[in-house]
Amino acid sequence: MTRALRLIRRRLIGSIAVLLIVIIGTFLLLEAAPGDAVDAYVVSVGGDASMIEELRRRWGLDQSAATRFAIYISSLARLDLGHSVAFSRPNLDVILERLPNTLLLMGSATALSFCLGTFLGIVAGSRPGSFRDRFLSIGSLALYAVPGFWLGLVLVVVFSVQLRWLPLGGIETIASGKTGAARALDMARHLVLPVASLGVIYLALYLRMMRAGMAEVWRMDFVLAARARGIARRRIVLRHVARNALLPLVTMLGLQSAAMLGGSVVIESVFSVPGLGRLAQEAVASRDTPLLLGIILVSAVLVILVNLAVDLLYAALDPRVGSSGEAA
Amino acid sequence: MIALRRFLRTPEAVAGALILAALLAMALSASWFFPRDPQSIAGPALLRPFQDWTLPLGTDRLGRDVLAGLFHGARTSLAVGLAAAAGAILIGAVVGTLAGFAGGVADEILMRITDAFQTVPGFLLALAFVSVAGPSLATVIVAITLGAWTGPARIARAEVLSIRERDYVAGARVIGMHPLEIVFREILPNALPPVLALSSVIVAAAILTEAALSFLGLGDPNRVTWGGMIAEGRAVLRSAPYLSIIPGVALVLTVLGVYLAGEGLVETSAARRMNA
Amino acid sequence: MTTRLSINNLGVRYRRDGQEVEALKQVDLDVEAGECLGVIGESGSGKSTLALAIAGLLPGGTKIDGRIAWPGLGHAPLNGRDIGFVFQDPSASLNPVLTVGEQVAEVARTHLALTWREAFGLATDLLSRVRLPDPEAAARAYPHQLSGGQKQRVAIAAAIAARPSLLIADEATSALDTIVQAEIVALIRRLVAEDGMSLLFISHDIALAAQLADRIAVFRHGRLLETGETGELLRSPAHPYTRSLIEASLVSVEGE
Repeated sequence: MTRALRLIRRRLIGSIAVLLIVIIGTFLLLEAAPGDAVDAYVVSVGGDASMIEELRRRWGLDQSAATRFAIYISSLARLDLGHSVAFSRPNLDVILERLPNTLLLMGSATALSFCLGTFLGIVAGSRPGSFRDRFLSIGSLALYAVPGFWLGLVLVVVFSVQLRWLPLGGIETIASGKTGAARALDMARHLVLPVASLGVIYLALYLRMMRAGMAEVWRMDFVLAARARGIARRRIVLRHVARNALLPLVTMLGLQSAAMLGGSVVIESVFSVPGLGRLAQEAVASRDTPLLLGIILVSAVLVILVNLAVDLLYAALDPRVGSSGEAA
Repeated sequence: MIALRRFLRTPEAVAGALILAALLAMALSASWFFPRDPQSIAGPALLRPFQDWTLPLGTDRLGRDVLAGLFHGARTSLAVGLAAAAGAILIGAVVGTLAGFAGGVADEILMRITDAFQTVPGFLLALAFVSVAGPSLATVIVAITLGAWTGPARIARAEVLSIRERDYVAGARVIGMHPLEIVFREILPNALPPVLALSSVIVAAAILTEAALSFLGLGDPNRVTWGGMIAEGRAVLRSAPYLSIIPGVALVLTVLGVYLAGEGLVETSAARRMNA
Repeated sequence: MTTRLSINNLGVRYRRDGQEVEALKQVDLDVEAGECLGVIGESGSGKSTLALAIAGLLPGGTKIDGRIAWPGLGHAPLNGRDIGFVFQDPSASLNPVLTVGEQVAEVARTHLALTWREAFGLATDLLSRVRLPDPEAAARAYPHQLSGGQKQRVAIAAAIAARPSLLIADEATSALDTIVQAEIVALIRRLVAEDGMSLLFISHDIALAAQLADRIAVFRHGRLLETGETGELLRSPAHPYTRSLIEASLVSVEGE
């Protein structure tokens, strides 16, 4: 267990530095944006020129850039991400309200793409060079080229407009009064198309990685050794080859979390899912830069947490992690 | 010549090369075939494809020629994809090489910055950058570059770490070459091939990001883009789905072409290395 | 003495870089029950190809002529069940992400119709037979937590788990340092004697093979040059190449 703790500590130290750089970045973007917090406040609340002066002085916006940065950092430390003009509410409240929908969407898409991608990757990689291997390889390359938002539109045309099997968008039927299992089923129906649109590119990615990884592991000596010990082919494929080929996919799971958050912006817009991504687009549309930067900060924290979890998962799957140095 | 012949031996690579050649031809001939502004009205609104041979792919809600949009859109896609990928590879190679060669604190700082850029979703960063700087072809290119240089930087750094201990670098040190000269004359050229092997993935990702940005209305408003055309068609998705589907197919084929050609190139160079 | 394994006119050819390579040519060789046969040759002599051919582990597309017969077995030999195989590099021949206990137990489970619990119990016994200190803890260890010699002991335990009648050791001690090498040779000698196995001991080192082998077969360029009872062969080699091998190994022993 100390191995995991050491890993967490090292990760956390690195993460703090990374988060600080992200904060500097968002501060620079905030400074570059036209207008400042007072302009935004006045637009939403109203006020005259003398009040604007007064507010600027009170919020330290007439100070040097260094002081402004200190003020920015200290308000972030108090979990104050500023005030949203577009929503007339604190940014953090708006963001946290939308976060669960995005987590649901991303979690489902990740689970789907990882499980199905790994499975199909094993199917392809268990017999390198076979027909099914080539078929899955080319098929996954084609899927890998499909932009998720366009796939979403095509799926809507087919399944919502033509066949009328699935809803057009949203996260659940509005004011349906459904509770419990009925509500969960309703949400699941709404999630099918967005999850498929968001996940398909990653499904192709994991399939291709698994296939390539297995091709590499097949050539390793311990696979030949397992065959020399007469281990059944099925067990060699799953327990020896796939088990080792899975490791780089787990790493990719963490790396892709940021990309998937980005992808959910467009997917949520296509399907009107009230999540973080759609909020980002709304923030852009209403020129609410502080809200957009708040979303970026929350996303960065989310990505850091996901990577931490992935690191722990990796350490659980690969006994060699974190033991170099003490074993030697 | 041998490399070209080997490249052409794999059917996937040939298909990729053909698609890219067609795309390039479309981009270059756009103003010749369709000299009129593709955003101008060319005929009746919502003309279906294959009805009128002067407007073979039909028209959109405002009566704009879909085929002309496709040709001019190819220009934007290709320009943004190539420029952003080139920028990303250049920045990534320079940052990665400097980090790997300098080591110590400089390496630590550069890699934490790389981490930070990988932690922030690239598409959100692009969104923020375009919304602050205003949408234009240049800002879109910069915005995509911002999210794409980290991959090349990591690979370049790893490569440099393995190169810097080799004999010819030590030799350059012994004869008293300036460190920066060593970096850019001896190390960078050798660290580049594995970075370039990644270029097809970066170009494809850049084209897809550009499409997504313009789909959200953040593309250059004065240019036709495939993403913008898909978004345009969305308003009439029920009655005229072809308006969204056609530019999407062009997008898929383009990205597929880039991947296929890229895989062919990587395989060709791998085969060459093995025979060398 | 009964014949355990009989090789007749064995030839192995495979393609590499578009050229056909003849790895073995017209090899005739018998291994008797309970016999230790040393197979000697330099790299490229075909001695490892012989081992892989016996175990049916040659890569697909390899052309094999001749016959490998198992008189008295009554069925086609099963890897692990009838043949135990120990490879050169113990670091590479164990799966890095599975415990060594599991890797020994899976052999027992595959061939002896045991439950996992029984198989793990047997694995612990086997690890103690190959003299790993604290076999209970060793069974739960991963390969990277063991030394090279310990890993080779694990690989040997996995090879003998189903009590095969033939043990093939392909350069099994070459990756180890001299002291560990001697320990592993002693271990193999003891296990072969205890279980009544036949041993095919493949090595480039004729002096090392002579410590174990009742009989020695010398390979060069894919051909079997000569075979003979160990003492006989060392005293009066029929082939000048064998003599040069013996002299070279004597020089290196004196040099140490």
